Amino acid sequence: MTKLAHFHGGLAITADKCTSPIIDSSLPGELIYPLLQRSNNYALPIVKLGERVLKGQMIASANSLFSAPIHAASSGTVKAIEPRIIAHPSNLADDCIIIETDGLDAALSAIPCFDYQQKTPENLRTKIHQAGIVGLGGAAFPTATKLSTEQDIHTLIINAAECEPYISCDASLIRQKAEGIIQGALILQYILQAKHCIIAVEENMPEANQALLQAINTHSIQLISVPAIYPTGGEKQLIQVLTGTKIPAKCLPTEHGFICQNVGTAYAVYQAIIQGLALTERIITVTGKGIKQPQNIRTRIGTPIKHLIAQSGGYNKKVQRLIMGGSMMGIALSSDEIAVTKATNCILAMTSDQQENKPAEMPCIRCGDCSAVCPVELLPQQLYWYGRSGQLGQCQDYQLFSCIECGCCDVVCPSHIPLVQQFRVTKGEIITKEKQAVQSNLAKTRFQNQQQRRAREEQEQLAKAEKRKAIIEKMKAASLAKKKSL
Amino acid sequence: MLLLCLIFVMLGLILGFAAQYLKVQGDPIAEQIDALLPQTQCGQCQFPGCKPYAQAIAQGEADINQCPPGGEQTINALASLLGMESKPLNTEFGTIKTPAIAFIIEQDCIGCVKCIPPCPVDAILGAAKQMHTVITSECTGCELCIAPCPVNCIIMLPRENKPSEWQWPAAHD
Amino acid sequence: MQFPTTSSPFTPASNTVNRVMLQVLIALLPAIGIMFWLFGNTLLIQLLLACSTALLAESCILWLRKKPIRMHLLDLSALVSAVLLALAIPTVAPWWISVSGTLFAIIIAKHLYGGLGYNPFNPAMAGYVFLLISFPQQMTAWQLPFDVISSATVLDHTKTQLGLDFSLDKIRTSPLFGYAAGKGWEYLSLAYLLGGLWLLQRKVISWHIPVAVLLGLTIPALTAYLIDSSRFTSPLFQLFSGATFCGAFFIATDPVTAATSNKGRLIFGALLGSLIYIIRTWGGYPDAIAFAVLLANLAAPSIDYYLRPKRT
Repeated sequence: MTKLAHFHGGLAITADKCTSPIIDSSLPGELIYPLLQRSNNYALPIVKLGERVLKGQMIASANSLFSAPIHAASSGTVKAIEPRIIAHPSNLADDCIIIETDGLDAALSAIPCFDYQQKTPENLRTKIHQAGIVGLGGAAFPTATKLSTEQDIHTLIINAAECEPYISCDASLIRQKAEGIIQGALILQYILQAKHCIIAVEENMPEANQALLQAINTHSIQLISVPAIYPTGGEKQLIQVLTGTKIPAKCLPTEHGFICQNVGTAYAVYQAIIQGLALTERIITVTGKGIKQPQNIRTRIGTPIKHLIAQSGGYNKKVQRLIMGGSMMGIALSSDEIAVTKATNCILAMTSDQQENKPAEMPCIRCGDCSAVCPVELLPQQLYWYGRSGQLGQCQDYQLFSCIECGCCDVVCPSHIPLVQQFRVTKGEIITKEKQAVQSNLAKTRFQNQQQRRAREEQEQLAKAEKRKAIIEKMKAASLAKKKSL
Repeated sequence: MLLLCLIFVMLGLILGFAAQYLKVQGDPIAEQIDALLPQTQCGQCQFPGCKPYAQAIAQGEADINQCPPGGEQTINALASLLGMESKPLNTEFGTIKTPAIAFIIEQDCIGCVKCIPPCPVDAILGAAKQMHTVITSECTGCELCIAPCPVNCIIMLPRENKPSEWQWPAAHD
Repeated sequence: MQFPTTSSPFTPASNTVNRVMLQVLIALLPAIGIMFWLFGNTLLIQLLLACSTALLAESCILWLRKKPIRMHLLDLSALVSAVLLALAIPTVAPWWISVSGTLFAIIIAKHLYGGLGYNPFNPAMAGYVFLLISFPQQMTAWQLPFDVISSATVLDHTKTQLGLDFSLDKIRTSPLFGYAAGKGWEYLSLAYLLGGLWLLQRKVISWHIPVAVLLGLTIPALTAYLIDSSRFTSPLFQLFSGATFCGAFFIATDPVTAATSNKGRLIFGALLGSLIYIIRTWGGYPDAIAFAVLLANLAAPSIDYYLRPKRT
């Protein structure tokens, strides 16, 4: 029995998980693919309007390390490349590729590869990149880039610690596809040449635990059950619980020899390498009191949310809020016309009695409950006071950007202060200020260069004029002299 | 008594030396003021650029509320730096406008190069009888190019609201 | 279908200020009971005066500041300050003592600084100190428990007798003394201790401040007692006299005025505890809780500043 460590703080919250088996989603009439990806990078469309595409065909390519290719999830025609509202906290519109499905679901032929150990890790990483695989835990970081780390990795952690309330897509995937997950974990371990591989499940997932135990027949993979404390599923928190190693705020886990991959990502890697399939579908939990029949659905990426809602029996009367993600870190969406992306793990419809009418905000009573639950050991109270009063330098000193926005402090605050929103606003102010400083420095430099250039040009003009004058004088003198001599 | 007078004279001499030999080159306060200005170089403050305006403020010849592109944020920052009360923007020098970028309507451009010299940051690309265009990443929105254009083909377009540039709005005031 | 968009989290809040303050009031019930047993109806009159003055004063100020009255009154913070003040003053004090003390606490020490969450000093203690300094005679005339005679507290008595060079063994024989400290007063201290332990168990307060205060008081007291037990009172006497347990569990733990980090709280409590001992033994006043609390409140921002997490 491995001895587990604890991370500071965290909350034990009720899970509200949906335990239904996975059903397949029906084919939607339209598939919508936003081009905006992580860190404000855009994918580049490689299809034209009216072009016919097949399932699994690449429709947009990656143009940086932070973006991944996009593949069509069904066959159809490229109807448009136009702005649609995307699944982003801003709920603004941005360019998307719209595919009108033709109902045939015709697929590109897949090239399976069973003997992946005959290939080099480099080759496998390229395949993973070509398959468009990104982290399916919600952050959507391009997996091939993560696997290309130059650090020596000694431990691969497969993260199945689904700690956020309502989300159960990983648990349902494990229950049905444990074999594939183990294969995917082995492939990842091979690519990284990692000595150890740990799969972490939560204590409240006994069936998933059982399924994995039966599937693990090599001893190189360890299965560990972690306490169901939110946010154990966070990378750094999980590493601390499993190994006791505390990764400092400014470091990445790779710098200490760890890599975490979501269990869904591991399965996607299995599908890409062994079955030769690009990433075009994922499990999404559609749940909440606002949904008539909560369930886990195998969804085509790009499916509009309203299609999934309809398949789950529709809304309940009191539905008030639509959230992409869980109840602690999810994004509130303005409409169900928005399509699901690779980062969508859960669609949560909350009712008015579940969530609305949050009590009015009171002044901070400095009770310190917020710092007691912070998993990153920050002082949310100080960050709040400094953020409110605009002391942005102090906020940075108190490590504002290490905040993972998990929401623990927000939930325990007796004064109901919207702490997470305040931190997000302050982070935005700091980023905007830095951007503006860069802009104005650039403008200043260009202006100064212009002034110098014009001064230089003026000098050159003057010098030329002087020279010309001197030549004319000389010529005049010469002709005068000539005249005299005649 | 005599001793005291001697001490005072000595101190006076020391101060005089310090004023002469320990003098700081340039005007540090003007540099600090300049660092707070938006560097649009638009001249709406009635000074030929942000640096001259900063120097004028440092010498007490200009007020802190003459910069429309800087807006309330800059006025507050200047007030905070100089230990003064903040005040609203003096609308004689202009009004606060939404951030915008200049755009040349190419069908109407006659290639006269009249808009290029007024741009303080060289953000217009063009040559005689060639198409002119605005380099949008460099444009500060100062609007100095609009008046010189003889065919009125330059307009100001508001900056696009893209998700990549969006930030969370404040919860309350 | 369209939906509203706000920031996460979307989980209902688990605690309220109201609940915290209510639990503090409940924890004070044993102490109120013992006080009533010792001093009778006069206590209830003081409580009534203080509480009604507090609520009235808070309503007026909130109305002047144009803030929602019902919401802020219902957070019960004014009531907690009033009850603590009423328990601190002599029960036979005239009505204007509790009224003026409460007015000072609520209006000046709390609202003038910005209201709940913004006051640097504990309002109840600020009110008490204001009364102690302005009206020393009324504030030191306690009715003896079980008796009708008016006298000083046992701390006061001990101090004056020590000043007259009597040794502690002699002083101990006075009828004022009970088992460990003042007769009757010991039970009050026990009631505060019980209430405080209940608050700890309910996780309304954390152990750092009470433990640090009590240790900060006990360690110097024990050291001095071991050096010369005829001139320095025993730690047990220190713990069970005056408002030690009340101060450690109810007053010092006021979150608004204490330090915020756990390390800071330990230092804050230790400072408070040692100040209590120093003022009691060598200072001008017999009981030191109020002054020690205010001085520690002064130090709290500095403690927080020096213990802030460093940029890694």
